[in-house]
Amino acid sequence: MTQADGLADFGHDPWWLILAKVLAVFVFLLLMTIFAIWYERRVVGRMQVRPGPNRNGPFGLLQSLADGLKLIFKEEIIPRTADRVVYFLAPVISGVCAFTAFAVIPFGPTVSIFGHRSPLQLADLPVAVLVVLACSSIGVYGIVLAGWASGSTYPLLGALRSSAQMISYEVAMGLSIVAVFMTAGTMSTSEIVAAQADAQRLVLFGQEITIPGWYAVLLIPSFLIYFISAVGETNRAPFDLPEAESELVGGFHTEYSSMKFMMFYLAEYINMITISGLCVTLFLGGWHAPWPLTLWSGANSGWLPLVWFTAKLLLLLFVFVWLRGTLPRLRYDQFMRLGWKVLLPVNLAWIVMLAGIKVIQRESLDGSVRTTIIAGVAVVLLLVVTLWPAAKEPEPMLGMPDPAGRIGGADGFPLPPLDLQVPPSPRAMPTPVPATAADTGSDGAEDSTGEEA
Amino acid sequence: MSLAPYMPIVGLLALGAVFSLISVTIAPFVGPRRLNRAKLDPYECGIEPTPQPIGGGRFPVKFYLTAMLFIIFDIEIVFLYPWAVSFEALGLFGFVEMVLFITTVFIAYAYVWRRGGLDWE
Repeated sequence: MTQADGLADFGHDPWWLILAKVLAVFVFLLLMTIFAIWYERRVVGRMQVRPGPNRNGPFGLLQSLADGLKLIFKEEIIPRTADRVVYFLAPVISGVCAFTAFAVIPFGPTVSIFGHRSPLQLADLPVAVLVVLACSSIGVYGIVLAGWASGSTYPLLGALRSSAQMISYEVAMGLSIVAVFMTAGTMSTSEIVAAQADAQRLVLFGQEITIPGWYAVLLIPSFLIYFISAVGETNRAPFDLPEAESELVGGFHTEYSSMKFMMFYLAEYINMITISGLCVTLFLGGWHAPWPLTLWSGANSGWLPLVWFTAKLLLLLFVFVWLRGTLPRLRYDQFMRLGWKVLLPVNLAWIVMLAGIKVIQRESLDGSVRTTIIAGVAVVLLLVVTLWPAAKEPEPMLGMPDPAGRIGGADGFPLPPLDLQVPPSPRAMPTPVPATAADTGSDGAEDSTGEEA
Repeated sequence: MSLAPYMPIVGLLALGAVFSLISVTIAPFVGPRRLNRAKLDPYECGIEPTPQPIGGGRFPVKFYLTAMLFIIFDIEIVFLYPWAVSFEALGLFGFVEMVLFITTVFIAYAYVWRRGGLDWE
């Protein structure tokens, strides 16, 4: 198998190098979190035509550090109804899962560190992407247990919503990366990055065109579905329903304060960074330099790819913030409908289509087999169309009022007149009504009749 | 096969665990402690909290249904991943098998949709 060659670089580091790399990734995550919080507040501030944090340090860069220090010295309140052991464990689970997931994200190529050749990546496995998915799955436990252990209404509702949301969008996310595995033929992150290094040549309408090998270009549907479900998976706006302030106060961490709250906050931002890092790895060519820079041959060697990786990561974080600054929050039923009724079937159809195209391209099939495949696809399509659930008529929200003007019978509630017309204000200056307006039957005509009555 | 490639992951996990545990543990000793009865009540918009058992008693069965659906599709994903990785090697046979499998799951999916399992009010 290819594992032997592709992953040969991994697992040979001496213990001090492993320790140094672990520490480096840890510090990178903490610094990125501190930076990302400042970055988000600053960008959202600019989008809302205000400066954002600008007092602590140059450009307000030390604002989130100051906030973190302040949180450490805050009073910790554990509600009387809490289940203390689980209440204590929940933020730890969230934090540990968030940190661990980043272990398999590649930062750069093999470099020489103190005379030791080693890849700029903590670890890689034949199933590296599964590590990220597994960690984000276990991270749901932190949220569910936090809501459950608080012994309070809002956290419980927030936790239930959050877990339902995360598992729903995990399905969409898991399906969207199947196409990547299919094209790359591996699940190891460094090999997926390597597979995107070369430009692809496509023969389209008899002409050969060269496009970048990034899967974001080759597999656009997968990329879009991945990004949408990544926003849902990290509970970010416009999918931040678990923390909908107007409905659920703070969601699952309503009862958390001080450092325990900070762990959840940290975990949320690290998850966002990890998901963006995975997106860069799977779809945006990983640490490889973007197109115009690739003309310079030194762009993809040495320590420089760290810069490209971080730049792509920040670009994705900007999109996260941009979405937050632009879009209003979805309603819960709309949100679940998007996940289960749109992203899921589109995903499955895309996978089958891609597999079909690949099979037809590769196999030199004779006529009968090709006819069989096309007939099979037609049968499947027919099945889908016949089984397709018909759109339900939307039920009217309110029953028709009875003659007494009440809804729901005699015990119902009175209905205010819905065609209420505001009577003209007695203080209003009598406006001259043009003679033509009365004939057209527009608003002006109704106003004039009201005044006459 | 050796476990050496997994060691860095374990290392990061351990470091993350130590960091999380320490920061969660020191909080009560560093911060002030001026507790009173109202502070220790669960938060409920300033009113007297509704008495409820640990775990909040009952919750809508919809969430349970979502969890069951998640398991079905997660298993589908579990089957899809190895197929996707060895897609080149399996060839036409693998493709036909997978189309049959996806169709089977799709029938269940359409059934759930028709019965209203995916609707939220």
